Amino acid sequence: MGCVQNALAGLYGVKALILPTAQGVTKLRETVILIHDKSADEELVRMAQKGELAAMDELTRRHEKRVYTLAWRMLRHEQDAEDVTQQAFLSALEHLDGFRGESTFSTWLLRIASHAALKLIRKRQGLKTVSLDESTESEGDESPIPHPEFIADWRFSPDRLAGRSEVFDLLEAALVELEEKHRVVFLLRDVEGFSVKETAEALGITEANVKVRLLRARLQLRERLTRELGDPQKALKRHQHA
Amino acid sequence: MKCEELLKLLNEYVDGTVDPGICEEFERHMAGCNPCQVVVDNIRKTIQLYRAGECIELPLEFRTRLHAALREKWKIIHPNKS
Repeated sequence: MGCVQNALAGLYGVKALILPTAQGVTKLRETVILIHDKSADEELVRMAQKGELAAMDELTRRHEKRVYTLAWRMLRHEQDAEDVTQQAFLSALEHLDGFRGESTFSTWLLRIASHAALKLIRKRQGLKTVSLDESTESEGDESPIPHPEFIADWRFSPDRLAGRSEVFDLLEAALVELEEKHRVVFLLRDVEGFSVKETAEALGITEANVKVRLLRARLQLRERLTRELGDPQKALKRHQHA
Repeated sequence: MKCEELLKLLNEYVDGTVDPGICEEFERHMAGCNPCQVVVDNIRKTIQLYRAGECIELPLEFRTRLHAALREKWKIIHPNKS
């Protein structure tokens, strides 16, 4: 009982807790164990499905930043990102009983968020465009694929770079420079791990189109990041193949 | 292989999904072309960096609002278990 009290006190940053009843303690102990088990998303889902609010709270706490980050990067607008994040969690809560574990909870939640964000993007495009929807085949991707210009090994590995605030700023700046249609494909496919097929279905475009947009996004990001993170001492001359 | 053809195969090479029929010629080229190897490595590191990067913090006021909205919804879904 003392261990449960201490664990909870530590979790919530308080010094003392009122001692609950024996039944309450058992319930709290189960909750604390689950909250501290980093690999128990699916167990939390089961508990939330059975009516455990603490489990739902913990799922939200674990995933809210990732959902918000995806929404913000897709929409580049704070209010819209907040709306989409809230929509995603409310929808997940509403449909939680239907979640069967065919994907991870995280994947399922991010799918809901990305669909909500894409709906908003299409709505924005509907207000602006007077002719073709930008997501159709004839989107101007017939222009030559840009050739890599600055080619050099990076000074540090991604593991060493991740977490540095200046690198974070660089990543965000590079994303902003992408065209929206390329940025969205990169975020879904490379960052969130959607398959090419899933990305195509989510965007209503062909798989071939996904690949072209992805290539352009990857090359542009590579160029931008390498100019900052590459070792100029090891820069290779631009060259043309036969 | 020409530049344009190589660039079009880059995605597949980065993802490890190049068509076996094309793979051999492309692999031969990659084995002997240092700039292409570095570009592929750069792309892989770019993807890794975005995946490993930090998430953005929720504005505090929004976070409070989000959790309040979820609790309200919870009460409707589980009226006896709030």
